[in-house]
Amino acid sequence: MKLNRIFILFILLLLGILFYGASYLGYIQESYRKLQIQITDPSIKTVLMTEEHKDFGLRSSPGFLYSQPSLLEGRTDVVSITPWLAPIIWEGSFDSTLIDSIYKQQNITIATTVFALGKYTRFLKEFLESAEQHYFVGFRVRYYLFTDQPEEVPEIKLGEERYLTILKVPSLDRWQDISMGRMEILEKLTKSEVANEADYIFCLDVDTKFYGPWGVETLGRLVAVIHPWFYDYPRDQFTYERRPESQAFIPVGEGDYYYTAAAFGGLFKEVHELTKYCRERQSIDASKAIEALWHDESHLNKYLLYNKPSKLLSPEYLWRDISSSTRHVKVIRLSHVAKNNVEVRPNA
Amino acid sequence: MQHQNVYSFLLVLIGMSLAGVIYLGFSSTWSSRSKDYQGITILSKSEISGEQRKCSNSSSGAKENQKILYLQSPQGLLYKQPTVVGPDGPVSLTPWLAPIVWEGTFDPTIIDPIYKQKNITIATTVFALGKYTQFLTAFLESAEQYYFVGFRVYYYVFTDKPKEVPLVKLGKARHVVVLNIPSSNRWQEITLRRMKMLENLIEDRLAFQADYIFSLDVDTKFYGRWGVESLGRLVGVIHPGYYQTPREQFPYERRLESQAFIPSTEGDFYYGGAVLGGLVKDVHELAKTCREQLDIDAAKSIEAVWQEESHLNKYFLYNKPSKLLSPEFLWQDFKAKTNEVKIIRFSQVIKNYAAVRPNP
Repeated sequence: MKLNRIFILFILLLLGILFYGASYLGYIQESYRKLQIQITDPSIKTVLMTEEHKDFGLRSSPGFLYSQPSLLEGRTDVVSITPWLAPIIWEGSFDSTLIDSIYKQQNITIATTVFALGKYTRFLKEFLESAEQHYFVGFRVRYYLFTDQPEEVPEIKLGEERYLTILKVPSLDRWQDISMGRMEILEKLTKSEVANEADYIFCLDVDTKFYGPWGVETLGRLVAVIHPWFYDYPRDQFTYERRPESQAFIPVGEGDYYYTAAAFGGLFKEVHELTKYCRERQSIDASKAIEALWHDESHLNKYLLYNKPSKLLSPEYLWRDISSSTRHVKVIRLSHVAKNNVEVRPNA
Repeated sequence: MQHQNVYSFLLVLIGMSLAGVIYLGFSSTWSSRSKDYQGITILSKSEISGEQRKCSNSSSGAKENQKILYLQSPQGLLYKQPTVVGPDGPVSLTPWLAPIVWEGTFDPTIIDPIYKQKNITIATTVFALGKYTQFLTAFLESAEQYYFVGFRVYYYVFTDKPKEVPLVKLGKARHVVVLNIPSSNRWQEITLRRMKMLENLIEDRLAFQADYIFSLDVDTKFYGRWGVESLGRLVGVIHPGYYQTPREQFPYERRLESQAFIPSTEGDFYYGGAVLGGLVKDVHELAKTCREQLDIDAAKSIEAVWQEESHLNKYFLYNKPSKLLSPEFLWQDFKAKTNEVKIIRFSQVIKNYAAVRPNP
């Protein structure tokens, strides 16, 4: 009998603990709820007003059909803006005196990445020297140079507040892999400490040279450059990836502009999203043994179709060749340099 | 023996329920903790992830991404006056690359879905004091037809006569909030006080409830679409009466004594005070600055030539809007249409000043 009583007491004790525990947990829930209410207390509004609570990107849905935007036709007064009201930068559309003064006050830093693997190191001298002459002159620039041969990087005299960091990366046998591999490296870079050292980032091809001013008119949340060979093509002739098996697939009937992967930029957060997207999609394609028609450029175009850039740079900002010109491109700022593909690429 | 079995069974049962309660308690506090954790870390300014650090108060001196989007321009900087009507027709970009919104520059099919996804709230303030309550019906009814149709809109009606606010049938996710404020004898004072009211409203309520805010004059009516093409960080409208006027002839405040003074060599556009908008945070900054400047003037017994509009113009000259609305977005009923303004979206109605103003 005594044993029974002990057991009964023991069970009662356990029940007691149970109830206490349940009420304690209920109390905790309550106090967390109170804290949640505290957050909306106006006395701490100054802290929270600066918190980013919404994502203001310009996302658009796949399969959504509408007339192709034009660069040359339509109201002649509107070629400098996209149908989603992003500016398209052409000479004459901005006043550099004005905007330089606006940005000079903000003490900004522009990070700039460039990849020079294998024989591509030969392009570095002209790229960097011309950049020092034309690229964000008067502003703080940090170059991040990725190469598999750091010893091949030439000595370049940099201006005041211009810095160069050399980052060693492994060699690769295929130029397509080098091109696509950039995405993963950039994805990581845009989440690294580098993001704390600069406000904007641009990713440029190294086999290029500056011939004209490239300044703060190019800065924006997410900036894309219109490909110099396709700016007057109808969208159905854009060299998008057209195979549905690829992640980069864009159907005929869709498309705004054909963008180049040789130059793109924006805020770190945005460029991170873009490069992450491309890297992920490239991986999926690779696992299915498929490679998009224009590699990272195909994936970039897909991203930018559904995540619209906030600013477009006209082909002045990445031209075909300094020796050619069209009536629309009055200033050439950055241009591909002539190269012998066979000679300079690691593979055909 | 049987007793022992029963007891051990009961013990196991209790043990299991105890475990269950503990588990549930643990998992729910964990999830609520991790949800509240974000709030708590912001409050205590302790360790925050890299992304949040950028956006939180810069206690560590880290750059605020938002600040980068400001377009502050120094006083005294001289450059050619920007044109609204170029040789080929209306211009769609300012020299600082802010879009100027005209019919034909945007495609609603593209932009409406972009903004629909973001689930935004647009707050809209309007001041209807004294006899101005008579404009509310037309304003609200036409707004329900044309203004951000399909989006969540909160109208904040400031009035000294709450009973005269009409009951207008509102669409889904549209609300009217009536705010009772003191009367005034002078229409100039009413217009001057708006900045303070706007500043207070944002601080008291809107900071967490709305993404964008527009402050509109009430003696107006909508005649055409006013949608998400008008949204931006800081939005001004080009005054319909001055979009072809040379800058020296803008009706800026020209007396040096006033805080709203702008010299005749400076000026981009003449902005209309009847429309201003943007992100809540940026409009707060505008309202606060204008209110401070208005107070300084008041202390010196000086009133700018066009009251708050003069101060607004000064603000926009040195804190450039990120988007401009063409005069389609602020017209005047008594004006005939012009070549450039192909559609009228919002317009000031013809009114008999003597009949509606408390003072001449």
